[in-house]
Amino acid sequence: MLSQLSKTHARLRLLPLVAASLPLLSGCGLVVLEPAGDVAQQQGDLIVLSTMLMLLVIVPVMLLTIYFAWRYRQKNKQATYKPDWDHSTQLELVIWAAPLLIIICLGAVTWVSTHLLDPYRPLARTAPGQPVAEDVKPLEVNVVALDWKWLFIYPEQGVATVNEFAAPVDRPIRFRISASSVMNSFYIPALAGQVYAMPGMETKLHGVFNKTGEFEGFSANYSGAGFSNMRFAAKSLSAADFDQWVAKVKGGQEGTLDRMAYLKLETPSEKEPARHFASVEPNIFDAIVNMCVEPGKMCAHDMMSIDAKGGAGIAGIQNVREVTYDKLAARGTGDFARWSVRYVAALCSSPLMSTNAGPDATPVNPAPLSGAGLPRPDAAPQKTALAVPAAVTGTIS
Amino acid sequence: MASTLPTETHPILGKLSMSAFPLHEPIVVATFVAVVLGGLGVVALLTKFKLWGYLWKEWFTTVDHKRIGIMYMILGLIMFLRGFADAIMMRIQQAIAFNGSEGYLNAHHYDQIFTAHGVIMIFFVAMPFITGLMNYLVPLQIGARDVSFPFLNNFSFWMTTAGAVLVMISLFVGEFAQTGWLAYPPLSGSTYSPNVGVDYYIWALQIAGVGTTLSGINLIVTILKLRAPGMGLMKMPVFTWTSLCANVLIVASFPVLTAVLALLTLDRYVGTNFFTNDLGGSPMMYINLIWIWGHPEVYILILPLFGVFSEVASTFSGKRLFGYTSMVYATICITILSYLVWLHHFFTMGSGASVNSFFGIATMVISIPTGAKLFNWLFTMYRGRIRYELPMMWTIAFMLTFVIGGMTGVLLAVPPADFVLHNSLFLIAHFHNVIIGGVLFGLFAAINFWWPKAFGYKLDVFWGKISFWCWVVGFWMAFMPLYILGLMGVTRRMRVFDDPSLQIWFVVAGIGAAILAVGVAAMLVQFAVSIWRRKELRDETGDPWNGRTLEWATSSPPPDYNFAFTPNIRDLDAWHDMKQSGAQRHTSGFKDIHMPSNTGTGIILSGLCLVMGFALIWHIWWLAAGSFAAVIAGAIYHTFNYKRDFYISATTVTETEDARTRQLADAAGA
Amino acid sequence: MTTVTADHKAGDGTFDFYPTEEHHHPEGHSTMLGFWIYLMSDCLIFAILFACYAVLGGNYAAGPAPKDLFDLNLIAINTAMLLFSSITYGFALLQMQKGSVKGTQLWLAITGLFGLAFLAIEIYEFQHLIHLGATPQRSAFLSAFFTLVGTHGLHVTFGLIWLVTLLVQLNKHGLVAANKRRVMCLSMFWHFLDVIWIGVFTVVYLMGVLQ
Repeated sequence: MLSQLSKTHARLRLLPLVAASLPLLSGCGLVVLEPAGDVAQQQGDLIVLSTMLMLLVIVPVMLLTIYFAWRYRQKNKQATYKPDWDHSTQLELVIWAAPLLIIICLGAVTWVSTHLLDPYRPLARTAPGQPVAEDVKPLEVNVVALDWKWLFIYPEQGVATVNEFAAPVDRPIRFRISASSVMNSFYIPALAGQVYAMPGMETKLHGVFNKTGEFEGFSANYSGAGFSNMRFAAKSLSAADFDQWVAKVKGGQEGTLDRMAYLKLETPSEKEPARHFASVEPNIFDAIVNMCVEPGKMCAHDMMSIDAKGGAGIAGIQNVREVTYDKLAARGTGDFARWSVRYVAALCSSPLMSTNAGPDATPVNPAPLSGAGLPRPDAAPQKTALAVPAAVTGTIS
Repeated sequence: MASTLPTETHPILGKLSMSAFPLHEPIVVATFVAVVLGGLGVVALLTKFKLWGYLWKEWFTTVDHKRIGIMYMILGLIMFLRGFADAIMMRIQQAIAFNGSEGYLNAHHYDQIFTAHGVIMIFFVAMPFITGLMNYLVPLQIGARDVSFPFLNNFSFWMTTAGAVLVMISLFVGEFAQTGWLAYPPLSGSTYSPNVGVDYYIWALQIAGVGTTLSGINLIVTILKLRAPGMGLMKMPVFTWTSLCANVLIVASFPVLTAVLALLTLDRYVGTNFFTNDLGGSPMMYINLIWIWGHPEVYILILPLFGVFSEVASTFSGKRLFGYTSMVYATICITILSYLVWLHHFFTMGSGASVNSFFGIATMVISIPTGAKLFNWLFTMYRGRIRYELPMMWTIAFMLTFVIGGMTGVLLAVPPADFVLHNSLFLIAHFHNVIIGGVLFGLFAAINFWWPKAFGYKLDVFWGKISFWCWVVGFWMAFMPLYILGLMGVTRRMRVFDDPSLQIWFVVAGIGAAILAVGVAAMLVQFAVSIWRRKELRDETGDPWNGRTLEWATSSPPPDYNFAFTPNIRDLDAWHDMKQSGAQRHTSGFKDIHMPSNTGTGIILSGLCLVMGFALIWHIWWLAAGSFAAVIAGAIYHTFNYKRDFYISATTVTETEDARTRQLADAAGA
Repeated sequence: MTTVTADHKAGDGTFDFYPTEEHHHPEGHSTMLGFWIYLMSDCLIFAILFACYAVLGGNYAAGPAPKDLFDLNLIAINTAMLLFSSITYGFALLQMQKGSVKGTQLWLAITGLFGLAFLAIEIYEFQHLIHLGATPQRSAFLSAFFTLVGTHGLHVTFGLIWLVTLLVQLNKHGLVAANKRRVMCLSMFWHFLDVIWIGVFTVVYLMGVLQ
């Protein structure tokens, strides 16, 4: 149903533009509606579809408002005047039913699209009618929101960049996202919707570019003084150009992104130019997510496994150290309380295991849902993780 | 700048020192000078005309719900001017900060402005306005002489004011928060916001929050206990119904805000780990908790205005409200559903598809009762005789504006759509569309509608119309570009921009804001002109609009005791029913009327709370402890006063009512 | 649709919109409802603190857990103190019903002593934990624990201040209507704190130690 709609999206997309007084808008670059990636395109189409659905009731209401306001003005003595008329069961039924029907449709669309476009799901297609082949591995990119710049780690290529992101066109990209200090939101409008970047946590996002070009990425959640300049170039390159780009990064001036380099990098700074790290210490992203880049600090996953076993007892009370470097003093503009720089010391230095192998949800069959019992028109049969109640499907297809 | 704040705490002054005064910020200094001069001017005038005693006796210490209501409205208006000034500053900054220009505001200043704008507009503009409206109208609409707890009412008002004063102090002493209006940790924690800004935020909200919660309890009890005989729940005016629901929401949501801010306070002052990154804290919990308060808050703001539109639509269409019962149930539905949708404010946190869908669909479901309400207003107009006075103009403007805001709201409730529009200017346009188009337009309708009731004369129509058109046109010019910018992928709270093609839209929005400013000015002129021409605009009848509910049954302004005889109610539109039946008010046989006495305790306790808040913000521990002890002692002292009421003598009532009889006779004769 | 209700008829059979007899609301007739609603709002604050404890209660930050810290015997005594105080408050109400000022005061004073004992034990417990180093700053679990239990303790403290005030007021004015109302409100407050404590005892202490 959704994909059927997206087949006709070219036509659909024209309508709201017409509705929204077009001469002004054409050519002003509504990247949200005209993005360069399949995921963002589906999200943009959904905006259009939902808007159309709602206009079904909004437009009549607005017209009726204007009509009634004019028709029943005081001067118009021709109009009927019924001062005591205040109830009509049929009319009441209609006015509750009309929004209800729209919301049932929209609710079904919401349920389906939210599952189909769940940012945690690997992509099942790179473009309408182009399923992802079994053997295609998505490009892995680890993203860290720092104060106030973006760090991109390419574990596959063994390189890292600051404020510059590149990916080959038509290849699915799998982001693992975290942050160093406060919450940000990772957003490349041309590619896919945003997901929060949170310290000590990992979020995921999947997307794909369908066009080459240079796009803009930024933080979409206010994160302090340098927030406005937390922008980066998001480059969609052909496969060959991407390889070239990787080679260029490998020759970067910054050397290796190891723990010390990271700690230096995460001190607050603004308007950072693009930087290239020729190599990356393995598993550094996992150390970042677990907030244990600092030597001697207990990793979050160690702490959680100790906690799950009932804590470290009375003896654990004293196992707290104070941070010895001032990563944060420059960010805050004055003094900060002593307790804000304490941390739990590592009990033993166990090697950090990558949590990259964590299970992703299964891809969704992107083929159109056309109703209960009907075969899916195209696309190879895939495991469907999504069960849509037949009745609901019937309503909208 | 704030970086020069001392790192050690002085035993007497706490963190306060000369560097706390932003003398290096010319904008702030100029504002400060203007405020001081203006303040001195007001003080001089009050002293010259010997008004201090009058103000203290008749207003500051009053327990009359009508005067407290008016004071709330004045507080809202003053704070509105401050919040609006912030908005204009943001618009100018965003209109010029292109092509490498840093604009005229640095990050420290700009980040405070957008935080203050949000905080002020919600807590110290919208809340006082609707509380004032409910305070003024609810007792009149239900035929009561005052609220259930008149002293508490006075105290609530002064607590709200104390919070507002604290926010205003932050402009000149220290700084305000630079965190956005909900102060998400860890950004608002002591590590990343070590200075006093967030502390101002916390204590201003806590102190005002006490007032709001108490006022909510007060109004619920008033509505449940003090209705005139015969007024069953389903015969209450719609505004009273929406007020009841809004106050239930207040009592059921503000404690959440109090608790979550208290936890943030502990994180900042004691070093606990509720919302820290490390040591087991969870910032996500704060975001959940604050929105469990925050979403109902939106409905607290809009519900009373839905009531206003219902009253206005029915009065000016000269018809009974269409679908009263479904209107009431729609209100109750919205009240309940508003607790089930908070997560839609952070779909992008990664809760998973099923959770996101649930909250998305729950959000959409709210649009069903809201849509039903809209249809009800529509069919109230149907087969009516619509008089286009100002309140009705605002109502039509609301209906046309609010549906668009509602539509974009439902759009944002679709999680995949939210992924691309979250935190964008589209979101900003959406909530301004519902808050300006709903709450503010409703307030303007209410002010134009009930001003004659409160003061005895109508508002000037000419300036009212200028204000109206400026607001309607200005609103669309200021926020349509923001919708478009949102679709262009522009996010909120940006101070500078790279892409020069965006600038034109910000300029258009800036022009829209300028038109809005003219609208604000026209409204102030409208008030001034109306006060000036009050003799010509006078309404002697107490019922200038051919009203339908009980507040129009008494004189304008109503006497202290509201109604000499508590009326009996048999129909929904009680006053309309009385007029239809030719009910005659009694002109003799008046009795003593039992009334609550004025008290200065409310303002004194709130003043002490203000001092305590200030002391806590600046870590002046001795003063905080002292003022806290004084608050407790003052409260206890107050409970030793057992004589809190008096009687208005029958003679006084007779005199007042005789004057009213003559006034009505004159009006009928003229 | 305008149905005339049976009552409120004037002498001539028409509806009497302005009855001359005063529709009287006795003073303080809505205080109990108001106080009840206040208690519900207070209950919400505790609900949030419980929710925080439920979310953060397992985050020991590699520090001590409930079973390392809590002494159930001590808490059992503490609980008994508070439960007894609720019973003695009930006796105070019985005395008030009989109209005995002295009896009411006596039982209120005993209630206060139990409350004081409860607070003393709680302060001892906190002091002991802090002495160990298990401070509210050590982990999110301890933050949530100290805040939940401490907020309850703070309420008891305010209840005691109120109780003492009320004793003085009873002395001054006896069992006048206003004082009776206050005794009833404090009674609601006191029992409410008892109910909250049952929750604290179960969720924090019992479930913590028995895990």
